[in-house]
Amino acid sequence: MAILTKEEAKQIIDKVLAFSKADEMSVNLNGSRTGNIRYARNSVSTSGETNNLSLSITAVYGKRSGTATINEFDDASLEKTVRRAEEIARLAPENPEYVPMLGPQKYLETPTYFESTAKIDPAFRAQAAFDSIDPCSKKNLTAAGYMEDTAGFSAIGNSKGLFGYNKATSVDFSITVRTNDGLGSGYAKRDFNDAAQLNTRSATEVAMQKALTSTTARALEPGKYTVILEPAASIDLLQNMMRSMDARNADEGRSFLSKRGGGTRLGEKLFDERVNIYSDPTSVDNPDSPFAGDGRPQEKVMWVENGVVKNMFYSRYWAQEKGVKAVPSPSGIIMAGGTQSLADMIRNTEKGILVTRLWYIRAVDPQTLLYTGLTRDGTFYIENGKIKHPVKNFRFNESPVIMLNNLEAMGKPVRVNGSMVPPLKIRDFTFTSLSDAV
Amino acid sequence: MNRRYFIQLSSLGLGAMMVPSALEAGVPVLGRSVTAEQLLEPGADVAIKKKMADVALNAAKSKGATYADVRIGRYLQQYLFTRETKVQNIVNAESYGVGIRVIANGTWGFAATSDVTPEGIAKCTETAVAIAKANSRIQKEPVQLAPQKGVGEVSWKTPLTKNAFQIPVQEKIDLLMKVNSEAMKNGAGFVTSNLFFINEQKYFASTDGSYIDQDVHRIWPTFTVTAIDKQAGKFKTRDALSSPMGMGYEYLDGLASEKIPGPNGLVGYRKSYDMVEDAIMAAKQAREKLTAKSVQPGKYDLVLDPNHLGLTIHESVGHPLELDRVLGYEANYAGTSFATLDKWKTKNFNYGSKLVNIVADKTQPHTLGAVGYDDEGVPTKEWDLIKDGILVNYQAIRDQVAIIGEKESHGCCYADDWSSIQFQRMPNVSLKPGTEKRNVADMIKGVDKGIYIIGRGSYSIDQQRYNFQFGGQLFYEIKNGEIVGMLDDVAYQSNTQEFWNSCAQLCDQDDYRTFGSFFDGKGQPSQVSAVSHGSSTTRFNGVNVINTGRKI
Repeated sequence: MAILTKEEAKQIIDKVLAFSKADEMSVNLNGSRTGNIRYARNSVSTSGETNNLSLSITAVYGKRSGTATINEFDDASLEKTVRRAEEIARLAPENPEYVPMLGPQKYLETPTYFESTAKIDPAFRAQAAFDSIDPCSKKNLTAAGYMEDTAGFSAIGNSKGLFGYNKATSVDFSITVRTNDGLGSGYAKRDFNDAAQLNTRSATEVAMQKALTSTTARALEPGKYTVILEPAASIDLLQNMMRSMDARNADEGRSFLSKRGGGTRLGEKLFDERVNIYSDPTSVDNPDSPFAGDGRPQEKVMWVENGVVKNMFYSRYWAQEKGVKAVPSPSGIIMAGGTQSLADMIRNTEKGILVTRLWYIRAVDPQTLLYTGLTRDGTFYIENGKIKHPVKNFRFNESPVIMLNNLEAMGKPVRVNGSMVPPLKIRDFTFTSLSDAV
Repeated sequence: MNRRYFIQLSSLGLGAMMVPSALEAGVPVLGRSVTAEQLLEPGADVAIKKKMADVALNAAKSKGATYADVRIGRYLQQYLFTRETKVQNIVNAESYGVGIRVIANGTWGFAATSDVTPEGIAKCTETAVAIAKANSRIQKEPVQLAPQKGVGEVSWKTPLTKNAFQIPVQEKIDLLMKVNSEAMKNGAGFVTSNLFFINEQKYFASTDGSYIDQDVHRIWPTFTVTAIDKQAGKFKTRDALSSPMGMGYEYLDGLASEKIPGPNGLVGYRKSYDMVEDAIMAAKQAREKLTAKSVQPGKYDLVLDPNHLGLTIHESVGHPLELDRVLGYEANYAGTSFATLDKWKTKNFNYGSKLVNIVADKTQPHTLGAVGYDDEGVPTKEWDLIKDGILVNYQAIRDQVAIIGEKESHGCCYADDWSSIQFQRMPNVSLKPGTEKRNVADMIKGVDKGIYIIGRGSYSIDQQRYNFQFGGQLFYEIKNGEIVGMLDDVAYQSNTQEFWNSCAQLCDQDDYRTFGSFFDGKGQPSQVSAVSHGSSTTRFNGVNVINTGRKI
């Protein structure tokens, strides 16, 4: 069994720490069962399941550290691995930025684990794939999809008395449906901690609908358009922006948050005042681990409040240098939105473009967070509150910073990629060329 | 055990642009952490590996498999990460185990185990056969495997003179510290540098009668220099102009004989790289970028350096000609392809101008793709993809070639680990150099309004590989046959067929070099692979250039 209980995990970690001769020692113990099923051309192509249980030991002498890993848990193997980590540490170069390990911490309870996901088996996966393939083959459509489910635990401990344990489950599903003539394509994706919330048939039906209605795409001139970005379209741009909120890079003058003349833009209003972005591991809709990889507690953090940059994340070293709290980077984000549904937002749009998904997004300029990429799998022209016709895909060049200043409206947030994001209506979104891709 | 974990890049400063499409999360590491010394321990003896392989082949046959192959793999990795005066991380990792693939009831089955004992292998083989039989119930058509005559007991090694794993870690750290200090001395505000070394010790055996022992080495030295102007609130970066190679540590010798002098003090590195020299130039050029002129958008003739053009070849020729993409197997992830079978069947689809001859190969010495045999035991070769501008072929493996009417596999099957199932991966895909004598200076002389682009920058292409946008590391404005200065905020947008048809001139063999992609991602769950792309400097006429400068 790859998922150890809190007590079993603690017992192994304590045993490892008892073998330590180093100045400091930390232990990470992780176990998981991951399964997947992949299909294309309406047929299953691969499926598998992997069990992992691994222990990683880091020994520290002064400012030198070394790590060794193992997957055997008898006393002799554990002790041998402790000695190996210590040997690697002694030979390692000094890290002048080393910060001593944390002592005991208090962690929040987070609802990350669901038995419904943990008990997924090959039959469940086959059924999930069938529920997605079957409606497509009946309508002469071609399905390609992938589902991956994970149940696991993570335990950390160190020689200063820190201990943390968290169990988590997740299931991720994505589906692309194409018309057999290759002229229409639709997409949907879902992710949950609780597999009971996943319905592969209903997600597939959304993708089927988009495929069937996108076959007669017309070309619009590239330029600046009002767009409604579905959460699957905006999430990557928003996550990329969040990953760029590292305080050290900003202090060093190489971030979009660096200030002309030195310093950072912390406290400045950089976005529309309706923009509020935070992280919260206790969120019922989007729970996360209560601790970061290095043992720092994850708590609710406001990153952007009323359009103002409220926090940046820090390494422990940089926080110590700056004499501030070492806020770790979040794993998922929550962007507050409104109450409108996507349908309401379309109804309230005079002229605009509905974007299902953005693809192949790459940084063009890290200074301005300019990104390029393309629309994909369902792009439609909206006129007088109605979807008029599908349009050919566009390439965009846009910065999430500019985008969040050109905010028109926000809908009700939904879960996507381990985050919560509302559909966003944005004016003057920059499309720079057309693509023939379907 | 975590089969693979990821080194997070954000904290290590490796530019986001260098990370492959599927693996933005970080640099993949396979297996478990070990000491540098353990990486030098010899793997299992060939005779033992043969015995183990026979256990799998016999077990498969006795359980009713009509075909089986077994890969006993030891995958070694050593990665070094530094910034300025500090070593941030050194990764030494080893992954060892066996992957077994069978055909039973006309259907593939695959299973893998780290228990490399006769019992572990027999049990794993049974699982693979059971999976094949279970999946055969929903299989629509039986697997059509192209025949491959057994090659007997053979071996292949990457030709190298210095095994990188035998070079002391301290020597590597000293090199990176020298790179960093020289960059700082020459105007860098910050610098990160990295060395990546990979050694795949792979043993393949199949029921065809092949027993193949291969020892494959790869190397990638790289860095990113950042120049800062705090007063102006600006920063610019310049990445290394190295190429990942299928070589040993000798790639870092910096031999003068392998340097190709270019305009403006630029150096093209062929099979030997001078990392310190490049870092010094990078620092100076990053500073120059801070005040470079912002490009006027419009049509330009582009002169593309091999260290830049390689990525354009990769994205606009390499990927669209993968047969599994063309058929729809990657539809939910990377996408499909514009280069459909009906276009190929016409035998006159103009992929590019007459000058465009693009070959696939797994044999070119010093490249990332070079091996003796692929991961399903097929001897490697070179074949044409685009001949005189016409689309003539795809990349296909044993269970695909029947679809394009061929009788033998192209030999481009690969798995990134023993625990991953092998599938079609991109071979080296290279543009043949021109036959007329011509160097870069000659080419620039003929350009009235153009931009000379060097290095790998931002890159993006749609899911059928029509529309793309590429940036670069260095941009030089060409006016009336001369370079007049550096440009900034440059990216070009084009359409694959239009772009390759605008190919107007090629430099010759003396300018030919390879570019490489070290962690190319494909599949769900994603696997990495490494691939090279050779070309000489090439001219493309009338390409649309946009200005990427913005204010926030």
